[in-house]
Amino acid sequence: MPNITFILPDGKEQGCTARDGLSLMEVALQNAVPGIIAECNGSAACATCHIVVDDALAPMLDPISEHESDMLDFTAAPRAPGSRLSCQIKVDGRVDGATIRIPAEV
Amino acid sequence: MIKKIVIVGAGQAGLAAAAKLRQEGFQGSVTMLGDENAMPYQRPPLSKAYLLGKIEAERLSFRNNDFFHQQNIGISQNESALEIDRAAKDVVTAHGRHGYDQLILATGAGAIKLPASMAGGIGNIFYLRNKADADRLRPILREGARLLVVGGGYIGLEVAAAARQAGAEVTLVEMAPRILNRVAAEPTASYFRRLHSSQGVDIREGIGLAGLKPDGAAIMATLADGSKLTIDAVVVGIGVRPNAAIAEAAGLATDGGIVVDEFGRTSDASIWAAGDCASFSYQGERTRIESVPHAIDQAEHVARNILGAELPYRPRPWFWSDQYSIKLQIAGFNRGYDRATVSQGAAEGSMTVSYFQEERLIAVDCLNDARSFMLAKRQLGL
Ligand SMILES: Cc1cc2nc3c(=O)[nH]c(=O)nc-3n(C[C@H](O)[C@H](O)[C@H](O)COP(=O)(O)OP(=O)(O)OC[C@H]3O[C@@H](n4cnc5c(N)ncnc54)[C@H](O)[C@@H]3O)c2cc1C
Ligand code: FES
Repeated sequence: MPNITFILPDGKEQGCTARDGLSLMEVALQNAVPGIIAECNGSAACATCHIVVDDALAPMLDPISEHESDMLDFTAAPRAPGSRLSCQIKVDGRVDGATIRIPAEV
Repeated sequence: MIKKIVIVGAGQAGLAAAAKLRQEGFQGSVTMLGDENAMPYQRPPLSKAYLLGKIEAERLSFRNNDFFHQQNIGISQNESALEIDRAAKDVVTAHGRHGYDQLILATGAGAIKLPASMAGGIGNIFYLRNKADADRLRPILREGARLLVVGGGYIGLEVAAAARQAGAEVTLVEMAPRILNRVAAEPTASYFRRLHSSQGVDIREGIGLAGLKPDGAAIMATLADGSKLTIDAVVVGIGVRPNAAIAEAAGLATDGGIVVDEFGRTSDASIWAAGDCASFSYQGERTRIESVPHAIDQAEHVARNILGAELPYRPRPWFWSDQYSIKLQIAGFNRGYDRATVSQGAAEGSMTVSYFQEERLIAVDCLNDARSFMLAKRQLGL
């Protein structure tokens, strides 16, 4: 099972093992990672599952859809180069060893 | 000191309250009583991806057993709260009594049923509130099955969409003059009418269901205009009623829903309510909101207020619906609008309906128009 490290809004790190096939949002909720609310349960409708993936992972992931991109333009914390909706990213080998930042809300 | 918190109802609001209590550092016992044969799960996919078989049952659950274990949250299934003994501060179930210092009612709502005079003796009538309902309905939605959907609200429309995608023949009847009559303006209704018609759903508005009769293995439905349809199954989506019976029997103030103040407290200072079952004052009117974001938000407020935060709950209403490849996102609450305007979005087929009250924007329906939705959300301060 892939290992992931979440960097929390307060700078602390939280390591998790993630089961293949879940979304990163589900992994975060399952592990009570603070800052991921996921009000729409993964429908890409709320943007309360905003994460910032590291530079190594970003280009390996499936491309951002136009809808996801429009949502990311208006997230509570400003969009960063690695910004994604965590509900849209499936866990597989690509995310193993990744660090994923939970942006602080501003 | 608060040692024991009991939560009745292990749904969206119940889970949000339990998780928030722990996140806020509450160390006492947290016990969730759920009457379903399932761990807490999401309802929205029941009329969308789950009904279409696109996600498995396991993915419906919010959290697995490890979460409840790690967070030390007690959870029971198949255990219905039968009575609240306010004097003893006990919740009574068939298995015994659960003492509480503070009690949260998160009982949700139940589907309104067809009258017995109409439904009596007819099999294959479906409602869609629980996973069990969806599991019964799923095998019915197959190629060539003839389905009647009663009710043109969001749930009825979503079921119609899923059924068409599964290859069923679908007729949808709405008694009101048009679909989405209570919840959206005409342009939004027209958009969905066109969408469903183009997908082959036979939508009949201003026509109620008059009667059902067995017809061999099938059902003969008679509509209010006298027309008859032979169908294999009926799905009824005509609204919900809050589950307030145990609160009412315990003498708590109810008005259909369980009456709470701005902090989420009922008329008993040690009992709180949140989610679909709770009725609160909003914009000067008693209001219930049936949506996931509201259930989470109000429940989290209740959790924090039990621990002393004194945080008034101000709804930040928004909602979504998925039908075919169309995503509807609603921001705000359109109650009392006096004008609705339409604008086309940047992408083809995208559209936004804006609701105004005395020239002030109060809500938007955004159809495949995420950008307008997010902008409006910001503008509305949600
Ligand atoms: C098919 C469907 C599709 C939906 N789609 C959307 C959507 O797209 N977007 C959106 O925002 N919202 C949607 N909703 C609404 C949303 O699911 C609800 O608003 C939300 O679940 C409310 O949460 P709740 O905790 O108040 O109630 P629920 O989630 O219904 O949970 C209440 C729980 O309490 C249990 N219970 C009741 N009485 C007792 C008792 N006496 N003892 C023990 N347990 C009890 C119930 O069985 C239930 O498990 C949908 C709902 C349905 C049914
Ligand atoms: S959970 Fe709502 S957008 Fe990801």
